[in-house]
Amino acid sequence: MGAFNLTYKAFGERSILVEWPQKIDEFIQKDVLNFKNEITKNKPKLIVEIINAYCSLTIKYISTIENINDEISYLKRRYSACSKSQNTDFKLWHIPVCYEREFAPDLTVFSKLKNITIEAIIERHTKPKYLVNFIGFLPGFLYLSGLESSLEIPRKSTPEMTVKKGSVGIGGMQTGIYPMNSPGGWYVIGNSPLNFFDVNQNEPCFAKPGDYLKFYSISKSTYQNLANKVKNSSYHLEFEMHHG
Amino acid sequence: MVEVLKQGLQSSIQDLGRLGYGHLGVPASGAMDASSALLSNTILGNNPNAAVIEMTLIGMHLKFLAETVICISGAEMSATLNGKAIQLNKKIEIQASDLLTFGSAKLGCRTYLAVLGGFKTDKVLSSRSFYHSITLNSVLKKGDVIKYSPSSSHFTEDYAKLKPNHFEASVLKVYRGPEFNMLHQQQQDWLFNQHFTVSKLNNRMAYQLNETLENSLSPIITSAVLPGTVQWTPNGHLIILMRDAQTTGGYPRILQLSESAINLLSQKKVKDVVQFEGLD
Repeated sequence: MGAFNLTYKAFGERSILVEWPQKIDEFIQKDVLNFKNEITKNKPKLIVEIINAYCSLTIKYISTIENINDEISYLKRRYSACSKSQNTDFKLWHIPVCYEREFAPDLTVFSKLKNITIEAIIERHTKPKYLVNFIGFLPGFLYLSGLESSLEIPRKSTPEMTVKKGSVGIGGMQTGIYPMNSPGGWYVIGNSPLNFFDVNQNEPCFAKPGDYLKFYSISKSTYQNLANKVKNSSYHLEFEMHHG
Repeated sequence: MVEVLKQGLQSSIQDLGRLGYGHLGVPASGAMDASSALLSNTILGNNPNAAVIEMTLIGMHLKFLAETVICISGAEMSATLNGKAIQLNKKIEIQASDLLTFGSAKLGCRTYLAVLGGFKTDKVLSSRSFYHSITLNSVLKKGDVIKYSPSSSHFTEDYAKLKPNHFEASVLKVYRGPEFNMLHQQQQDWLFNQHFTVSKLNNRMAYQLNETLENSLSPIITSAVLPGTVQWTPNGHLIILMRDAQTTGGYPRILQLSESAINLLSQKKVKDVVQFEGLD
């Protein structure tokens, strides 16, 4: 049985929006992903895309939904059939980040604004396991939760025109990695040499919603070394498989 | 193959878009005015998803290097073939070394050029639609050479028209967005009675409208957005997301354009006037 009272509504003529109680909460997030996996397992042909966020699923159909009530009843039945004992395997990815000055244009100002030493920032940023909630904003941009509250900071009032690919930033209650050059308003405190979005891979994003990420600090020379390996495709992603 | 002699203002290859990758944050993309793109493909007997060239406001100059059949649909851009005016929505035979030119859009702003069998640029994530960071190029440039399969087979006279009001109409048929019910009655009335003008901030990602209304709603917890979603920003602007829009957002989604309204809006340019009309 699904655990929540969900609301279902039409979102335009080709999508259905399913909503959970509106909050950012790990238990809700896992239920969202559970339902998404349930639909994906035995996906009707007319459904072309299922996009999850923190507390919603948007289910896109190939064309106009003929009978919205029938579709909603169908989805409700699928949610009721969701069992809590679903396979909840996930991966914990170890992500190298260089926090040295030339990779971290905002680390000094961040340290001053928050009155926390750079060493303590790195220690607190590399400590948690961050849950991958969903991918949005840019191709391959992971929405991560689990940032230590002492590192929360309002976004910059004026966004930067270009934040470099690989930049690891903090904005509001969130931390994340820019998968490509992009405008952005987060404080950049480091950079990861990994590719977070690669159209030449079968799976363009290695991390999936439900997985976890943990950062670890690397030196500039390690960064260069790993960047070269990534470039000539000899880098092997580091992860641990967890069985839920 | 066809060579680009002049690139125009913003020309790109588009098909019906990149379906099935939204969960990776990949925009749908695809022809802005899908109905016009579809029309030119239909007239040629192409697959509906065959790749076409989309031109915006100012068209291209092209030199064909092999024979084929083409069809032009969408905005009238005074197309000429070897200097002679040619019609929209009509099969036109092309010989090697023919010169096809377009001027500026007269009515509407996006013109589609289809070729028999479709343009054969590389598919990335199941689509040929250009999008920066996904495909190698985001626009067509002077000197580019675009592939197609040469063919002159089964040429028959064929002709079709879009609904005549596609370019003149200004009414966007909309559904209530997920956060519509958070609006007060006066705010709802404003949405459906106001004439809105397209601002200069309009492109394949989004159209911003000039008129504003003080926003009383709080931001929402980030959730999915779609092409055609009307967002209400904290400073009171309405932003209508288009084909290249991001996949998630945090502004209230107050309206949702119907597919036909997205096509219609795609032919609007700065200062054009539009209105919303509710479908539910």
